[in-house]
Amino acid sequence: MTQLPLRAQLAATLGRTAATLSRMTGRGDGSVIGGRVGLVLEPDLLRKLAKDRKLVLVSATNGKTTTTRLIVSALQELGDVASNAFGANMPAGHVSALAQDKHAPYAVLEVDEKYLPEVIDTTGAGVVVLMNLSRDQMDRAAEIWLLAQKWRRALAGKNTHVIANADDPLVAWGASTAQHVTWVSGGQRWREDSWCCPECGGPLDRKDNDWACRECAFRRPQPTWWLDEQNDLVIDPYGQRWPLHLQLPGRANASNAAMALATAALFGLAPSTALDRLRQVKSVAGRYTTVERDGRVIRLLLAKNPAGWLEAFDVLDPPPVPVILSVNAQGPDGRDTSWLWDVDYRVLRGRPVYVTGERRLDLALRLDVAQVPFQLAEHIGDAFAAVPPGKVDVIANYTAFQQIRAEFGRAV
Amino acid sequence: MPSDNALSIVWIYPDLLSTYGDQGNVLVLEERARRRGIPVQTVHVRSSDPVPEYGHIYLIGGGEDRPQILGAQRLKRDPGLRRALDRGAAMLAVCAGYQIMGSVFGGEEGQPVEGVGILDISSGRGQGRAVGELVAETAPELGVPTLTGFENHMGVTHLGPGVRPLSRTVVGTGNGDGTEGCYAGKVIGTYLHGPALARNPGLADLLLRWIVGPELPPIDDTWHERLRAERLAAVRP
Ligand SMILES: [Zn+2]
Repeated sequence: MTQLPLRAQLAATLGRTAATLSRMTGRGDGSVIGGRVGLVLEPDLLRKLAKDRKLVLVSATNGKTTTTRLIVSALQELGDVASNAFGANMPAGHVSALAQDKHAPYAVLEVDEKYLPEVIDTTGAGVVVLMNLSRDQMDRAAEIWLLAQKWRRALAGKNTHVIANADDPLVAWGASTAQHVTWVSGGQRWREDSWCCPECGGPLDRKDNDWACRECAFRRPQPTWWLDEQNDLVIDPYGQRWPLHLQLPGRANASNAAMALATAALFGLAPSTALDRLRQVKSVAGRYTTVERDGRVIRLLLAKNPAGWLEAFDVLDPPPVPVILSVNAQGPDGRDTSWLWDVDYRVLRGRPVYVTGERRLDLALRLDVAQVPFQLAEHIGDAFAAVPPGKVDVIANYTAFQQIRAEFGRAV
Repeated sequence: MPSDNALSIVWIYPDLLSTYGDQGNVLVLEERARRRGIPVQTVHVRSSDPVPEYGHIYLIGGGEDRPQILGAQRLKRDPGLRRALDRGAAMLAVCAGYQIMGSVFGGEEGQPVEGVGILDISSGRGQGRAVGELVAETAPELGVPTLTGFENHMGVTHLGPGVRPLSRTVVGTGNGDGTEGCYAGKVIGTYLHGPALARNPGLADLLLRWIVGPELPPIDDTWHERLRAERLAAVRP
């Protein structure tokens, strides 16, 4: 990549120093602090750092971190790839990630849905990958229809190539102003936010993954890539079928892999080559990791919103493997726990359920009303002690998940 | 039409107005009826379908600006809800659903949008967003304990002479004038969004008493009460 102007270079160096300090003082993984110092010094830094790279932006409500990771692992076939692997997905995190890997010819950045328009404008990214949009942290998040509308404006008239999930009506609407779109049938589990047409508000008629508005011409664009969930395979534009056999569990990750394969193909990577690399990914930022403690084999699952909980339930080990649920309502989680009522917990009946976290009483009442028997645990450690040796699944929302990782010394 | 001895709960427009866990109100009502041996039938009415007029308790929830406007337009054209209320049905209208029951409310740019006109209220846009825990003392004549919940809205609601305040705010914004929500007859409106009844089982029982009569057998409220105590202690001055 070309030499950065002196001021930008200084900013990038200072940013790196702050990141090192943050790691040394144990404040975190350093990915955001570094970027913040850098951005204050040089607002134009992100543009300069992104210039002359092949840049992919990845955004969605769920699956951003995992899909970013999958695309990174595929593109590493071609060369060095810079990425915000720790999920610091706002511009400060992007600056930090790019500054740490100044010479990588490729970059794949996870981008917060709200910041996507700004980051597209700043970086002029060549490729944008869009998977899903659903309700998330309603006390501070933007309304998702407005969000999709901002995506439309940001993508209109640009040369960006978009890889989008055609099965999510709001994503299809958000992406459809782009000049070049590769439509992927990636499936949609959570449908509570897409019963109405984003274009006209009319009812959407849905059959399997297909959908069409009853009142206007808006309908699912014709996909060229297809995920076949049932058979765990992806069908490419030539009709060739590619069994996935990922290590990452669940249908949501199969969908993420379909998006990654379509993205890799845009860079000239054949599915066979890309798949070899996707299959090596077995955990992402602590998610899906298994740790052992006192004979318990503990698997950690992150679920931040109703759609995420559906995905987590999908990968649970069958009963009688117990499950521990941990819910907080700190700033990053959203301070409002109303979303608990959007999750259907009845699937947990028939297995031992433990409830913990700072908002365990909200969850306890929710389960009581759903007639799901449970036990309350004041600390996560009490829950671990209460389950018999063997497998146990843990589902936690954002800060609860980070607390549990810290409990294990960030070994996961 | 529901069978004669079942309680019929009608959830209006879950496809438009159920953004904040509004399903919780349906689930809490269903469960509190069932635990008292009252059979329940619940109807989810999508916005493309007519609102049945033979229900007992109607619920309508919160949502974003655009679905709110769409919901108001469709509900104005549908006589079902008004007929049901005339027949003695009860209703809980929450947040965006509360605002559209009035004569007017604020649209995405704050422009006035015509409401359904079931409650004598009018709403507009406030200065900023009211987001956070809400505590309010309920109107004494209702016999419902202190309200606790979460609000998330930009609305300011003016109560006309045809309604009475549901409560007086202790913590939070509510209608914006020191009152929170309103009621008239068997219709309750509130800014306590989403699953308001989960933290206020007394309000759920008020709706049930209006339909099945004053004598409701007591049920085990352990988890409701523990959660109420925790939330009230967390935010009370
Ligand atoms: Zn339409």
